[in-house]
Amino acid sequence: MMFIVPLLVILPLGAAFCAVAMAEVSFLKRWTGSLATLAVLANLVLAVLLFGTGDLKLFVGGWGPANTLGIEMVCDGLSKLMAVTINLVSLVSFIFAGPYMRRFTKPWLFDAILLIMIGAMNGVVLAGDLFNLFVFLEVAAIASYALVAFGCEAEELEAAFKYLVLGTVGSAFILMGVTVLYSLTGQLNMAKVHMLLPKAGLGSPAVLLAAAALLSGLALKAAMVPFHAWLPDAHPSAPAPVSAMLSGVLIKASGVYAMARIVFNVLGPTPQYAAILMTLGAASMLIGVLLAVGQWDLKRLLAYHSISQMGYVVLVIGAAAQVAARPSPDMALAGLCLFGGLFHLLNHALFKSLLFLSSGSIEHQTGTRELKKMGGLARRMKVTSFCCRVGALSIAGVPPFNGFFSKLIIIVALVLTGHGVLAALAVFVAFVTLISFVKVQRYALEGPPAGLAAQACEAPALMCAAMVILAVLCVATGLAIVPLREHVFGPAADALLSAGRLVSMGGAP
Amino acid sequence: MGTAIYILAFAVLLIGLYAVVAKKNVIKIIVGLLVFDYAVNLLLVLVGYRSLGSEGWGKPPILAEGQTPAQLAATAVDPLPQAMVLTSIVIGLGLTALMVAMAIRIYERYGTFDTNQIRKLRG
Repeated sequence: MMFIVPLLVILPLGAAFCAVAMAEVSFLKRWTGSLATLAVLANLVLAVLLFGTGDLKLFVGGWGPANTLGIEMVCDGLSKLMAVTINLVSLVSFIFAGPYMRRFTKPWLFDAILLIMIGAMNGVVLAGDLFNLFVFLEVAAIASYALVAFGCEAEELEAAFKYLVLGTVGSAFILMGVTVLYSLTGQLNMAKVHMLLPKAGLGSPAVLLAAAALLSGLALKAAMVPFHAWLPDAHPSAPAPVSAMLSGVLIKASGVYAMARIVFNVLGPTPQYAAILMTLGAASMLIGVLLAVGQWDLKRLLAYHSISQMGYVVLVIGAAAQVAARPSPDMALAGLCLFGGLFHLLNHALFKSLLFLSSGSIEHQTGTRELKKMGGLARRMKVTSFCCRVGALSIAGVPPFNGFFSKLIIIVALVLTGHGVLAALAVFVAFVTLISFVKVQRYALEGPPAGLAAQACEAPALMCAAMVILAVLCVATGLAIVPLREHVFGPAADALLSAGRLVSMGGAP
Repeated sequence: MGTAIYILAFAVLLIGLYAVVAKKNVIKIIVGLLVFDYAVNLLLVLVGYRSLGSEGWGKPPILAEGQTPAQLAATAVDPLPQAMVLTSIVIGLGLTALMVAMAIRIYERYGTFDTNQIRKLRG
């Protein structure tokens, strides 16, 4: 089973190389999309197979457990959850991208760069040492800058340049944080740093500098509110499958996952870090949704909602950190907070990518993203509008869709940890989310048809298939919450809360 | 040496950050971003430095002829940050290529490098 762990990274990267090579041969050029879909499907199967095994750990290149100076890949409960999420959304995006990318001149290049991004994201969630995490984060980020600019129109280039500048600043801060941690402990391995950090003093100025640099860089990658300025330009300007990938997995894998990993498993939860996470989360939640409700561009509205929903996740992860940092921590309560946050992370990946794909389908058929120029699509594009409705109901938190359960758990967890005001804020934000999606339904799906929407017909079959898969999963994850908690989210929350386990996996002390 | 050189590295970092934040020309923003990136690389190299006190400065981590690994470990600077910096410089190289290519395309579309006029998106 150990060989699966590097395969998750190698398969997409190898397929990317093959895609570029195939583009040179004229009769193979059309098949890069199929190759990419097969590679990601294999990745998904491998990621699901990983659930049967316990925690896995692999030292690359023969650097053994004796001296942990080499690259280490670690696969614990949280990595398995993230790997399945990433590969699932990637598979659906590739299925959607088949017909969608035909209007671009180089679909093989799109397949190659997206495969690189997927391989790098798998690497981020499987990284066991800080520098490897940084390198894969950078690879995924650079691939995403290129993908946002893929259409090479004026707006896309502007958005991609802004994203690039802000993303590079964030990445450099992350490297600075890693540097300071290395200078304090002499190790890059996450488990070893966690063990050696108390000797440097957990409250010392150097550790606080490292934490500040890391948290600000990662908050920028996760699009938390003071650092969110790149997201509302970058996500709408990208082609629809890329928007689904960016909003659906990149801000989670490189932002929220890395933040949770570093705060819980490397630095150790303290009240200060918890307060920072909760402030970022609450601000993102509120400001994201208030800015979203006034948007008339469909994809921009969805992008602001990404900020808001990620705010939910970071807020409740901060609450878990606060509970875990108490002198006598209530681990069950912290586990409940993390369960809510991680479940919402999975759900958001599913329904946000569903919404972005349906907005891409609408744009493909009607040629517009403006809500005022659409209308009456419920009658003309039945499958797309059905999937859009499922996505909207999920994000608004209507039972029995998955969004309801995860938001309920988050609100209950906030009340139980003593943050009644924040729970009320979460309810308010859910209400405003519902309002903005009622607006989307009213202008895009109901109402009189306007302009090109009057002649729109249904999207190509593969695009519809991708959306239907996600819609079915939205319902299924909501109904399967009990077995999911036992097999998926329980181990994931454990992996974050028991930092000691990561240490004992790290080999000889 | 001591803290003065770290303060210098932070000063270079702040200069790069200032250029990214305050300049209005796309090319100057790119240069500022590069300076910022290299300041972090400089910090990384400095972290690995090792002074041998009265015997002088730390030696490069290259095994000389006839030297045993134990002797190398006693006198050389830390090789791990140097490996990290190599990776980081290559990442910076890829980023530079992408940034400059994007800047060229922006010039083709907008006709200017002035960020005040590259504002089609409402932000």
